[in-house]
Amino acid sequence: MKEIVLVKYGEMVLKGLNKKSFEDMLTKNIKRRLKSLGHFKITSAQSTTYITPLDEDIDLDEVTSRVGKIFGIASLCRACVCEKDFSDITAKSLEYLNDVLSGAKTFKVNAKRSDKAFHMKSPEICAELGGILLEKFPNLTVDVKNPEVTVTVEIRDTNAYVHAENIKGAGGLPVGSSGKAMLLLSGGIDSPVAGYMMAKRGVHISAIHYVSPPYTSDRALMKVEQLCEKLTDYCGGIAFFCVPFTEIQEAIKDNCPEEYFTVIMRRIMMEIAQRICEKEKCLALITGESVGQVASQTMSAIACTDAVCRIPVFRPLVGMDKTEIIDIARKIDTFETSVLPYEDCCTVFTPRHPKVKPLLADVEKAQNNFDFEPLIQKAVENTELKTFNYTE
Amino acid sequence: MSVYLDNAATTKPCPEAVEALMKAVTENFGNPSSLHRAGLNAQLAVDRARKIIAGSIGADVGEIYFTSGATESNNLALRGTMGAYGKRKNKIIISAVEHASIEETVTALEKQGFEAVRISPRTDGKFYVEDFINACDEKTCIVSIMLVNNETGHILPVKDIFMAVKKRFPEIITHCDCVQGYMKIPVRVKSLNADMISLSGHKIHAIKGVGALYIRKGVRVVPIVTGGYQEKGIRSGTESVPLISAFGSAVEKYSSTINERYEKVTGLKKYLLEKLSKIDGISINSPENASPYVVNISAGKRSEIMLHFMEQREIYISSGSACSKGQKSGVLEQFGITGKNADSALRISMTADTTTEELDFFVETLREGMEKIRN
Repeated sequence: MKEIVLVKYGEMVLKGLNKKSFEDMLTKNIKRRLKSLGHFKITSAQSTTYITPLDEDIDLDEVTSRVGKIFGIASLCRACVCEKDFSDITAKSLEYLNDVLSGAKTFKVNAKRSDKAFHMKSPEICAELGGILLEKFPNLTVDVKNPEVTVTVEIRDTNAYVHAENIKGAGGLPVGSSGKAMLLLSGGIDSPVAGYMMAKRGVHISAIHYVSPPYTSDRALMKVEQLCEKLTDYCGGIAFFCVPFTEIQEAIKDNCPEEYFTVIMRRIMMEIAQRICEKEKCLALITGESVGQVASQTMSAIACTDAVCRIPVFRPLVGMDKTEIIDIARKIDTFETSVLPYEDCCTVFTPRHPKVKPLLADVEKAQNNFDFEPLIQKAVENTELKTFNYTE
Repeated sequence: MSVYLDNAATTKPCPEAVEALMKAVTENFGNPSSLHRAGLNAQLAVDRARKIIAGSIGADVGEIYFTSGATESNNLALRGTMGAYGKRKNKIIISAVEHASIEETVTALEKQGFEAVRISPRTDGKFYVEDFINACDEKTCIVSIMLVNNETGHILPVKDIFMAVKKRFPEIITHCDCVQGYMKIPVRVKSLNADMISLSGHKIHAIKGVGALYIRKGVRVVPIVTGGYQEKGIRSGTESVPLISAFGSAVEKYSSTINERYEKVTGLKKYLLEKLSKIDGISINSPENASPYVVNISAGKRSEIMLHFMEQREIYISSGSACSKGQKSGVLEQFGITGKNADSALRISMTADTTTEELDFFVETLREGMEKIRN
């Protein structure tokens, strides 16, 4: 009995003439993600991708778990391949679905006949197969409204497929189909979630992080690297830029009024990030800011930060509550890492009473007390690059 | 020639484990909880071992907790789970052939007021899924079954039982003591349907004093050792970096050769059984489909005497389980091995490094013992 994985597209089915490029991107992402599990044949037809394992002992649970995190997919399922012949469909259904049906109480049969040349119509398939299953499994009754198990028969171009599960996909668009952007990754709860959300819209993520030893530790950096690794499940490979930030933070501390410390620091972070974006051809910045969460995320503070930005800044969490953000962080398994208690650069020298509503003119004046340009150039030059690929 | 055939009791540490141990003892001696780099390096060694062990059973890194050994892992699994859920659900189901660290812990929990059910094999020596399912109900908190029996090598149908349990009662927690199966047969958390798995270091050529418990994410466990919040608070106490590193290195060495070693040991078992079949008065207590690593036989002479007779010739085997130090465990009886056969039961447990010459010497000595020992 041959088992494969069927992958149904998400919103990319709505794309017109561009659909092919999205499809290719998705196939490429699936191939890369499954490479370490063995050999597969991956083909696409009728808005579905077919993943056929070519090796004997491939762990299909692992396959569905990995593919379930690839963006661009609405749903997926493991299915048994049948001949386009009703007696073969029946025989394979009985064998393939034996475990799940013998443990269930209610079921229904669903048929989809995209090959209209098949001699039985969908309702006939449902009625016939349903009858046979009822006979073989006395524990079952039919429930068309709320069945425990939905047996689906798909009659497609070359084969028929039987399955009884439907796993929800990650949704969104294939990563890479929307271009590249730079995520400001601090190590907190929000920024990984922001990266995940933009990747869902097809954005290929690079990440930037600022370190300030001895104010921040090796462990703090490792924590961020771990977050990067976890994000690769969804985002694919990530180029990770690590910026030495100690001198800049000390210079702000020494030369600028305390209440403007955070907003000036963020402006400089943005400046460094967009200089690296220019080199790396990233089209936008991504941050995990949410309006009003902390003093540097009030509308006035965001306005002061954005004043230095020459490229768009995406803030996918801007209207979300912390609890909503945490829910996503748990779902993508970054929460536990994010809450490890190591100080990051954002909390170094935090002013006791920051300006909640800073005015741009005042901030610029405060920042102009000192010429940061040489330090910024030095930080950009000394930035280190590390690449993260899928975790295996 | 010294012949060690008691590998179910403990194994000789492999060079890789010893090297990792020595490195941690002499160089990487920091406390993983210390904030400085010496501490960080120790933590990295522990993380490395955790990653290897998690990978070896298809678990997530965050789901592996190091303990002092499988006895502690089993205690933590049972006591920890009952501590977390026992108020609402007070029933424990185990097989009647579990290791003492499960059996005795359940007995202790019974004294605290929890209810326990022990499922025996049927007269054919086999466990049946429905016997476990029939014992399960809404009050059942945990089902704990060993993967491979340490005395006979029986492989229990854990996968089927857990799958059936989870289908009918998704809330019930499933725990598997995999000590005698780990690194000998493939153990995957998903295909086993296990919420918790106990592992031991010294049974797989690492060092005594370290084990691990896999706890599936989402399962709550109340710690039995509290303190400095190591192992996410599930098992406090400074991590034994040397033992944990050695454990990781042993797993790294052996996890890629599970199938080929299994085949090799299957060949050794076949060889041994063929030799034994030529001696009258020997019965084989291990079933054919048992783990080949453990062969339980009866040779008509009291186990302990035969064991010492062998020991005089530098052959080391065991009578029943090494943990019970000569006490009858009752496990053989459960499998229908009673009376004289139980009193004369011997356990030969091999590794892939066992040689046919060693087995020849053992068989020859056994023949001699059967002649010389007076009942």
